Amino acid sequence: MAIMTVASPWIRPYDPILINVGPILSPPSAQFPLGTNHLGQDMLSRVYSGGAIMFQVAVLSVIVCLVVGVPIGLFASYLGGYTDKVASLVMDSIYAFPGLVLAIAIAAMLGPGVVNMALSIAVVYVPSYFRIIRSQVLTIKELPYVEAATIMGAKSRTTLFRYILPNVIPSIVAVATINFADAVLTSAGLTFVGLGLPVSTPDWGWDLTYGRRLLPSGAWWVIAFPGLMVVLLALGFTMMGEGLSELFNPRLQK
Amino acid sequence: MDNLLTVTNLKKYFPVEKGFLDRLLTSQKSFVHAVDDVSFSVNRGDILGLVGESGSGKSTTGRLCLKLIEPTTGSIMFEGVDLAKLHGEDLRRFRKNMQLIFQDPMSSLSPRIRVGDAVKHALSFQGVGTASEQTERTRAILERVGLKPWSNFYDRYPHQLSGGQRQRVVIARALVLNPKFVVADEPIAMVDVSVRAQILELMLELKKEFDLTYLFITHDLAMANYVCHSIAIMYLGKIVEAGSKEDVFGRPLHPYTLALLSSIPVPDPKAKLQRIIPKGEIPSPINPPKGCRFHPRCPYAQNICSEREPQLEEIKPQRYAACFFPRHI
Amino acid sequence: MPLLDIESLVVEYHTLRANVKAVDRVSLSMEKGHTLGLVGESGCGKSTLGLSTIRLVPPPGKIASGHIVLGETDIINCSDEDIRKVRGKRVGYIFQDPMTSLNPVKRIGAHFVEMIHTHEPEVSERDALKRGKDVLERLGILPERIDDFPHQFSGGMRQRVMIGLALALGPDLLIADEPTTSLDVIVEAQIIELLKELKKSLKLTLILITHNIGIVAETADRVAVMYAGRLAELGLTDDLFEKPMHPYTQALLNSVPNITKKGQVLSWIPGAPPDLAEPPPGCLYHPRCPHAFDRCKKEEPSLTKHNGTYVACHLYDRR
Repeated sequence: MAIMTVASPWIRPYDPILINVGPILSPPSAQFPLGTNHLGQDMLSRVYSGGAIMFQVAVLSVIVCLVVGVPIGLFASYLGGYTDKVASLVMDSIYAFPGLVLAIAIAAMLGPGVVNMALSIAVVYVPSYFRIIRSQVLTIKELPYVEAATIMGAKSRTTLFRYILPNVIPSIVAVATINFADAVLTSAGLTFVGLGLPVSTPDWGWDLTYGRRLLPSGAWWVIAFPGLMVVLLALGFTMMGEGLSELFNPRLQK
Repeated sequence: MDNLLTVTNLKKYFPVEKGFLDRLLTSQKSFVHAVDDVSFSVNRGDILGLVGESGSGKSTTGRLCLKLIEPTTGSIMFEGVDLAKLHGEDLRRFRKNMQLIFQDPMSSLSPRIRVGDAVKHALSFQGVGTASEQTERTRAILERVGLKPWSNFYDRYPHQLSGGQRQRVVIARALVLNPKFVVADEPIAMVDVSVRAQILELMLELKKEFDLTYLFITHDLAMANYVCHSIAIMYLGKIVEAGSKEDVFGRPLHPYTLALLSSIPVPDPKAKLQRIIPKGEIPSPINPPKGCRFHPRCPYAQNICSEREPQLEEIKPQRYAACFFPRHI
Repeated sequence: MPLLDIESLVVEYHTLRANVKAVDRVSLSMEKGHTLGLVGESGCGKSTLGLSTIRLVPPPGKIASGHIVLGETDIINCSDEDIRKVRGKRVGYIFQDPMTSLNPVKRIGAHFVEMIHTHEPEVSERDALKRGKDVLERLGILPERIDDFPHQFSGGMRQRVMIGLALALGPDLLIADEPTTSLDVIVEAQIIELLKELKKSLKLTLILITHNIGIVAETADRVAVMYAGRLAELGLTDDLFEKPMHPYTQALLNSVPNITKKGQVLSWIPGAPPDLAEPPPGCLYHPRCPHAFDRCKKEEPSLTKHNGTYVACHLYDRR
């Protein structure tokens, strides 16, 4: 599992933006290993920096989800009653919308930018966190060890944070990694559609858009490499998630 | 007779959740009569066995006594304090007087908390002593319950211990606060047979050392006979017989007690047993039978038994039975 | 000719840590019409032994060596087709938990029909249902209830249904794995009485697997005691209870409360069963045995016979 945790994150792209102006649409060669696109930009640098952007978006959206979704999920299901009913209603309504459509709608409203993209993805994803946490909390709440905490005289806050939350973490990790992977795909989708980031910012989504148009002319490298990167990044995050959840499981520490 | 705990006319009804359509079409509510008018008292230093099968209400009664659930009606007095009047912070602090030993050692310990910490939490939640004093006391109690040396166990997680060891941790956690009253809910049911007596011995030693009073909840009559001083037999939410162990098991009055006694498997092939096994099974506590709850299965039932409900009466000094025709053996 | 003959059976579980011998060279045989009580605590291998007789040991478990012969059939080596014919038809098996052993979306009748059709596909559905109803009636359940779903039955009734399904095809051998563990006291007694009665009326051969010594005392002709995958003692019920030979049997009997015995003092066995991934040398019980001596720590005791009882203990093997 350690191997998985190390090998998967493709966190390389922190190079500064290098947009060389080189020969237009040249296939992969020694000087430009991944070729150039119709604007003469180096594909390799675009892939690198595009990756950086992707990563930022994904991380940001996960953070927003954690900060917003987890507390709502925890408190709503622990307190029950009206809090729970209202929260569930809100979350279910958001959940009812198909993800990408909602993301597009919100991105269109907010306008382009890394932060706004992250926010629109986060909004789409928060209900998933909520649901998973809620079902976990409801189950754990009834377990004897929570009853034990009460009988020892624990305050509600203590019970929630020291007895319930630690046991909910594995599922949070599971959702977070799917979130990462999905965020990558959604953000690529958003820029592919034309929303999300301004043209000047290097991004795999743009590359995919142009790549699609350029494909008939035989320039396969413009779409292939970014596309491959999207898949690999998503896959990498998923595997990292599996590694992380094994790490968190004390039962496997023997 | 020093009454530590007095329970009077205790009732707990749980509403039955109905499906959507049922809720629309019928306005009638139905309830699970888990505990239905139960009264008893526990003397200081006593070990009272609350014996019954599933649906008898014994576990619910135990939890009501600890105020882990709220009664529907009825009162519980602990050393003169009315538990109904305890709330919030007062209740939280009061809890150090009464603790619970759970049935399943695996699920009563958080899988993510080391066992030493799990025990120490009892002290830290109640704010007893400084952090290092708490650690000292935790180490001491771990060794006292047989987990010696403490260093072998303190930092372990529950899944790294055997069932018997886990149960000792649960006992340590219950006793580290020096409570006066301990409810033990089937404490050995999930422990291996060959180790059970060891856990029971431990509980009895600790009782002497800490001056405890136990409420022992169980379905295992043979075990109840071994450990308890007094017995109360429960059936479908009611106490049907109570008295000293020797009386209830030796000279049972209620037909249900008789049925229970004749149903226990005896590890002796030569023992010739008079088996009076009633037919049928325990009815649902949502709709208990009218009159005496046991009458549909009772071999001695008469007309009156289906019409009127017998109350728990003191038939002889300290001998209680809820039956119109108590048997004498 | 014994109905079931098990010889030197070894069942191993292949785990990452080690090869664990869940059943280690166990031999026993069943005569027709006899009842054997197979007792032991959790992890001793009794359930695994039961499942081996119909080759249902779940992976990563595997029968490693030995013989199991049922009548004329070699259970270990016969074809998949043949073992399927054995299951249900010649050996009825009652699994541990009646709550989860029945399919919740199928009516009881459907369970019976499926059971019967698997082995006798020519039987019409109507006839299969009729047979099911007869079985239910004999077990004290109203025959109309054949149309009910499992959740409509209480625990004891479900167990009766399980027994009925196991007996539906008239098997030669019935194996019951902890048939009463999850049931209440009185219902447990009802089921035991039922098994005793069926034993008589159907001349059943029964293997009763349990950790409850009490129910074995009144139903079994012979008792086999298992510890850590090995057979510790095997003898007639009366003999075993009156004069237990193996120290484990003695300790086990002393740890079970007997409500008819006044002033009983319960004892217990210190320590815990061995970790089968790293078993101690010699006799597996020696770390907990009050009578252990030098030989016990080095040499594994073999099963020897004394006045009709088999015991694996050096105390009786002064060679």
